[in-house]
Amino acid sequence: MRLRSGVFASSCLLVEALGVALFLRGFFPLPVRSVPRSEARRDPPAEPAPPGSGMVSNWTSVPPPLFKKVVIVLIDALRDDFVFGSKGKQFMPYTTQVIEKGTSYSFVAEAKPPTVTMPRIKALMTGSIPGFIDVIVNLNSPALLDDNLIWQAKTAGKRIIFYGDDTWVRLFPKHFVEYDGTTSFFVSDFTEVDDNVTRHLDRVLKREDWDILILHYLGLDHIGHMTGPNSPLVGPKLHEMDNILKKIHISLLSKEGEASLPSLLVVCGDHGMSETGSHGGSSEGEVHTPLLFISSAFEKRSGPITQPKVVQQTDLATTLAVGLGLPISRNSVGNLILPVVGGKTMREQLRFLHLNGFQLSRLLQENTPAYEKDPGYEHFKIAEKSHGNWIKLYLDGNNSEILLNLGKKVLKQYLEALKTLSSSLSKQVAQYDMYSMMVGTVIILEVLFLLLLSTPKALSSRAEFEVPLSPPLFSLLFYLMCLMLCAVHVIVCTSAESLCYFCSMSWLTAVGVMVLISALMCGILSAVGKILESSRLPVKNPVVSNSSWSEVDVLILAGTIGHVLSLGASSFVEEEHQTWYFLINTLCLALCQELCRNHFLVKEGDPQHSINLKQNFENVKEAYECKNIDIPAADDSKLGKVTSSAEFIKGSDKWISLASPWIILICCRLLRSLNQTGVQWAHRPDFGHWLTSSEHKSELSFLAAVSLVMIFILVQRKCSLVSKIAMALGLLGVYSYRAAIGNIIFPWQRDSKDISKGITEARFVYVFVLGIVFTGTKDLLKSQVISADSSVKSIGLWEVYSGLVLLAALLFRPHNLPVLVFCLLIQTIMAKYIWRPLKFDAAQITIMHYWFGQAFFYFQGNSNGIATVDVSAGFVGLDSYVEIPAIFLTAFATYAGPLLWAIHLLCYLSSEVSRNSAAMGHGCFCYALVRSIPVAVYIILVTSLRYHLFIWSVFSPKLLYEGVHVFITATICLFFTAMDQNQSHKVQD
Amino acid sequence: MKEAEIKRLLATNLLCVFSVILTTTVPAFFLDSFSVLGTHLTWLCVCSVSVSALNIVLYLILKPNPFPKRRSFAYKISRFLKCCVYFFMSCILFHAIVVLYGAPLIESVTETFLFAVLLSTFTTLQCLCVLGPNIQAWIRVFSKTGAMSIWDNSLQITTVCSILGAWFGAFPIPLDWDRPWQVWPISCSLGATFGYTAGLIIAPLWIHWNRKLLTYKSR
Ligand SMILES: [Zn+2]
Ligand SMILES: [Zn+2]
Repeated sequence: MRLRSGVFASSCLLVEALGVALFLRGFFPLPVRSVPRSEARRDPPAEPAPPGSGMVSNWTSVPPPLFKKVVIVLIDALRDDFVFGSKGKQFMPYTTQVIEKGTSYSFVAEAKPPTVTMPRIKALMTGSIPGFIDVIVNLNSPALLDDNLIWQAKTAGKRIIFYGDDTWVRLFPKHFVEYDGTTSFFVSDFTEVDDNVTRHLDRVLKREDWDILILHYLGLDHIGHMTGPNSPLVGPKLHEMDNILKKIHISLLSKEGEASLPSLLVVCGDHGMSETGSHGGSSEGEVHTPLLFISSAFEKRSGPITQPKVVQQTDLATTLAVGLGLPISRNSVGNLILPVVGGKTMREQLRFLHLNGFQLSRLLQENTPAYEKDPGYEHFKIAEKSHGNWIKLYLDGNNSEILLNLGKKVLKQYLEALKTLSSSLSKQVAQYDMYSMMVGTVIILEVLFLLLLSTPKALSSRAEFEVPLSPPLFSLLFYLMCLMLCAVHVIVCTSAESLCYFCSMSWLTAVGVMVLISALMCGILSAVGKILESSRLPVKNPVVSNSSWSEVDVLILAGTIGHVLSLGASSFVEEEHQTWYFLINTLCLALCQELCRNHFLVKEGDPQHSINLKQNFENVKEAYECKNIDIPAADDSKLGKVTSSAEFIKGSDKWISLASPWIILICCRLLRSLNQTGVQWAHRPDFGHWLTSSEHKSELSFLAAVSLVMIFILVQRKCSLVSKIAMALGLLGVYSYRAAIGNIIFPWQRDSKDISKGITEARFVYVFVLGIVFTGTKDLLKSQVISADSSVKSIGLWEVYSGLVLLAALLFRPHNLPVLVFCLLIQTIMAKYIWRPLKFDAAQITIMHYWFGQAFFYFQGNSNGIATVDVSAGFVGLDSYVEIPAIFLTAFATYAGPLLWAIHLLCYLSSEVSRNSAAMGHGCFCYALVRSIPVAVYIILVTSLRYHLFIWSVFSPKLLYEGVHVFITATICLFFTAMDQNQSHKVQD
Repeated sequence: MKEAEIKRLLATNLLCVFSVILTTTVPAFFLDSFSVLGTHLTWLCVCSVSVSALNIVLYLILKPNPFPKRRSFAYKISRFLKCCVYFFMSCILFHAIVVLYGAPLIESVTETFLFAVLLSTFTTLQCLCVLGPNIQAWIRVFSKTGAMSIWDNSLQITTVCSILGAWFGAFPIPLDWDRPWQVWPISCSLGATFGYTAGLIIAPLWIHWNRKLLTYKSR
C-alpha cells in the first residue's frame, strides 16, 4: 500500500493517541467518590429496625461525642520504629512509658503510596485515598472540596486551631480559627520549622476556647531528607517530640477534672521514610507509621506488651469522626478502630459500627453498579439483620449473658463486613494499573520507532512510500505474536488481583489492541529488514550529503534532544518555559548569523555562494512566473526591481531582514516579562499582575484596544472583504465583552457600571467566529471540488486561521492580548524576511514552528502545574457550566499558542507547495515526529519515576499536559492531511 | 616554521590559562574575604582586567598579524580609540543579548554588565588584539573557511568555546539545588571562563592535530 507521509504520520498519531489514552487511564485510576458535599447532606441512618412490627428504635441522631478535646500531633515522616522500636525506647521515654503502661492504644497505620505529605493529609482527614484526578476535578482551587473531618467539625461549630505545615492552610482555607503555617521550602532547616509550631503551644494549652488542636511538625522530615533515618540528628529530634507530647499530655490530664468528657491525644505520622531518608514510594519504611491514641477514657494497659496491630491510615478519619460525634466523611473508606470506643456500652458500639458500615455500603453503591454481589455488602446486610434482632432483645429489657454474647457476635460480623467493604473500595484506587500502562507504552514506543525508521523515506522529495502491509499481515510471526499476546492477556487478567482497566474492557477490544500491537511490531521488523537490505546493496546513486549540517540544523537537533533529556529532572519540568525561551532565543541568534552570512558574504564574491544565490534567484523568478499566489500583492511591485537587479534583497529590505531576528528577540523578551510562570520565579512581579490590578484598569483598556487593532491589521491582509468586516466586528465584540464583564472600561465610561456575564457580547463574537471559519471552510471545499486556482484555498486557510485568532482573542484575558499580537507579528516577520529568503526546507520550518508554539504556550501564562489552567475560559458566553463546550473552550484557550502556530504552519506550507510539492507531507510528518519523541520518552520517564517524591506535584500534571497535547496534535495532523489531500487531487488532475 | 608557531601559540595560551587561575587565588592575599563565589563581582573585575592586560601585553610583544608599514602616532591613537569604542559596544551588545535571554532588566544591572564585560574580554578583546578594529576581517575570520593563520584558528576556537561555555553555564540556573553558584550570573561567568580556558588549551592541540589539513591562503 502506498501512503503519503502526511497520511502515514496522522494515522501513526491516531494510534499513538490511543496508546496515550490507555496509559493515562492506567496511571490515573478514577477515584472512588461520592456526590459533592454541598449536595444531599442526608441525615444519619437510624439504628436498624428490629424485626416485627410496632417496635422502632428511637435513636436516630448522630451519637454524642466521646471526647471533649482532641489534639492531633502529626510528626512528618515519623516511621513506626521511631516510636515502637529501639529508637523509641531510647529517645522517647515518656511516650514509651505511656504506650507500655499508660491509658493508650497503639497501632501501626499503613499509608498508601504515593507517600507524599499532601495526599497523606487528605487521606488522614477525608478517609479516602486521593487520586490525581481529584486534583483535576478541584481545578479551581487547591482547597479540599471533598467531605472531610475538618469541614464537618467546623460545620458542627467546633473551633479548630492549627500550627504547622502550610499545606493544611491551603487545603482548608478559613477552617481554622487560628493558624500559623510554616513553609516546608527550606529542607535544610531542622529547628526553626518546629520552634515555629511549639512557641504557640504553652499559650494555647492554657486556653479553653478550642476543641481541636492540630500540630504538624516538619523537622523530622527535613532531617530525613538531608541525612537519612540513622543520622545522629534523629535522636534529639525524637526527644524534642517526646517532650512536646509529655507537655500536651500532662496539660490535658490536668484539665480533665473540670470537664465532663475526657480528651484525646492522637500521635501519628503522615508517612515514614526509606533507608535513605526520602519518601514517596512504597517500601516498608515509607508506608508504616505509628498511630497512638492517648486518653484517660481508655483502660490502663496491663499484661505483656504485644506488637501493635496494623490498621489503615484512612481509619483515623472515621475513628475521629465517631469520637467527636460528627458524621463520617462520605468518601471515607476507613474502618472504625474499635478499641478506641471499647469503653462504651454494647449498644453504642454497635451503633457506631452500623453508621460506619452504612456509609461504606452507600459509597459502594455509588461506585459499583453490581454492588449487591459484593461480599462486603452481603456481609453488612446480614450483620444489619442480626443487629436488628439484638435491638429487639435489648428493647425487650433482656439483660442477660445471651444479650452480651449475641452482641459480640454482631460486632464480629460488622467488623468482618467493614473490612471487606473497605478493601473492595480501596482496590479501585490503590495502585498504578501497570498492565494498562505497559500496553500503552508499548503502543507509543512502536509508533515512535515506526516514525523514526521511516524518516528518511518520508522526508524524501516524493514524500510517499510503500508501507508493506500484506506480507507481515500474512506472516507466521504475526499470528504467533497475536496468539502469544492474547495468552499473556488471559494470564494477566485471570491471575491479577487488582482490578485492571485493560482487563475490564471487552474481549473483542482487547484482542483488537493485541492485533494492533503485533501488526505494528511486524511493520517495524519489516522496515528494519528493508533498511538492512538496502544498506547491503551497493548504493546506485550516491546521494552524498553535499549539504553539510548548518548551525541551525545542529541547533534544532541538539535542542530537541536536550529538551527531551531535561524532562527527567523535576526542576526542569517545573521551569520548562525557561528551556523553550532559551532555545528560541538561541534559534533567533542562529538565524541572525545565517542572515548575516547570506547578506555580507555575498559581497566577497565567493563562487559557491554566488552560485547558490543565482539558484535562489532563479527559483524566485520561477515562482513569480508561476504567478504564485503566496507572494503577497505588496511584493508584486517589487517584482521588477528584484528581477532587474542582481541583488537578492535590496536596500531597506536587507536591513529589515537583518533586524528581524532582533525584533523577534525583543518581542519574546517583552512577552517573557508579561507572565512570570513556573515555580521558582513565579512570585516575581510581572506586567500581567500590574495590568490586572484594579488601579491600572485604564492602562489595561488602552492596551487591549491597541492589541485588538493590531490583531486586525495583522490578520486582515490576506482575508476576503466579507471576513475583514466580520473580523472587525468580532474584535469590537471582544472589547465590549471584556468591558461588560468588568475587566476593562470604555473610555467614556467613568464609574464602573454593573457587571454582567457578557453573554450577549460573547455570543455575538461566537457568531462571527463561526461565520469566518465557515467562509474559510467553504473556500476550502470550493478549491477542492472545483479545483480552482490555489489562491482560493490559501485564502480559505487563512480565514480559518483568522477565525481561530478571533476565538483566541475572545478567550484570552485582556492582559494576554499582546501575546496574540506578537504571535501574529513574529509569524509575519518570520515568513517574510527569514524563511522565504533563507530557503529553509519544510522540516526545519516545522520544527521552528513547533518551538515557537511551545514557547507561546508558556508566554500566555501556562505552566506545567495544574493551577495555571484558566478555567474561566470555559464559561465565556455560557450561562452555566455545560460540560462539552466548557472543556473545548478551556482546552483551546490553554493550547492556543501551539495551535495557532500549527495552523500558521499549515498556511505557510500550503503556500510553499508550488515550490516543493511535498512540503505539506514533510511538515505533517515532522510535526508528528517532533511531538511523539518527547511523549514517548516522558512516558517511560514517568513510569520509572512513579515513586518519585514529586510525582504528583510535578510529573503527573506534566503528563496530563503532554497527553492532551497529543490529542490536539492528532487533530491538527488530520487537518493537515485533509489539506494535503486537496493538493494531491489537484496534482492528479 | 609552523611547529615553532604552534609552540608559541601554546605558550601564550598557557600563560592566559595561568593568569585566569591566578585571578582565583592571588587576590585573596590582598583582599579580605575574597572568594570567587562570595565576592563574585570583584573576581569578575579582576579576571577581566588581568586577562585583558595580559592579552594586550602579549599582543604588543608577539604581534601575530604585524603590519609592515610604520604608521603615524595619530593613526595609532585613532586605532586605539576605535578599539576602545568597539570593546565598549561589544559589552553593550553582550549585555543586550543577555537581557534578551532573560536576565533581569533593572535588578542586578552591575552583575549583568560585568558578565558582559567578561564575555567581551574573552571574545572581542582577543579579536581586537589579533585582527584590529577591522570588521571585514572579523567577518572573514568567522566565516567557515576564512582563517589565515593559526592565530585566526585559535581565535575562532576560543571565542566559540567561551560563548558556548556561557551558554551551557545557564543550564543549572533553574535547578532547585539552592547552591551558591546557581545565583545569576555566577554559573554563566564560570561557564564562560571554563569554556575560555578549555578553548585556550584545545586550540593549539587541535591545530597540531590538523596541521596537515590546515592550509592558509596567503594574505
Ligand atoms: Zn510528609
Ligand atoms: Zn518529606
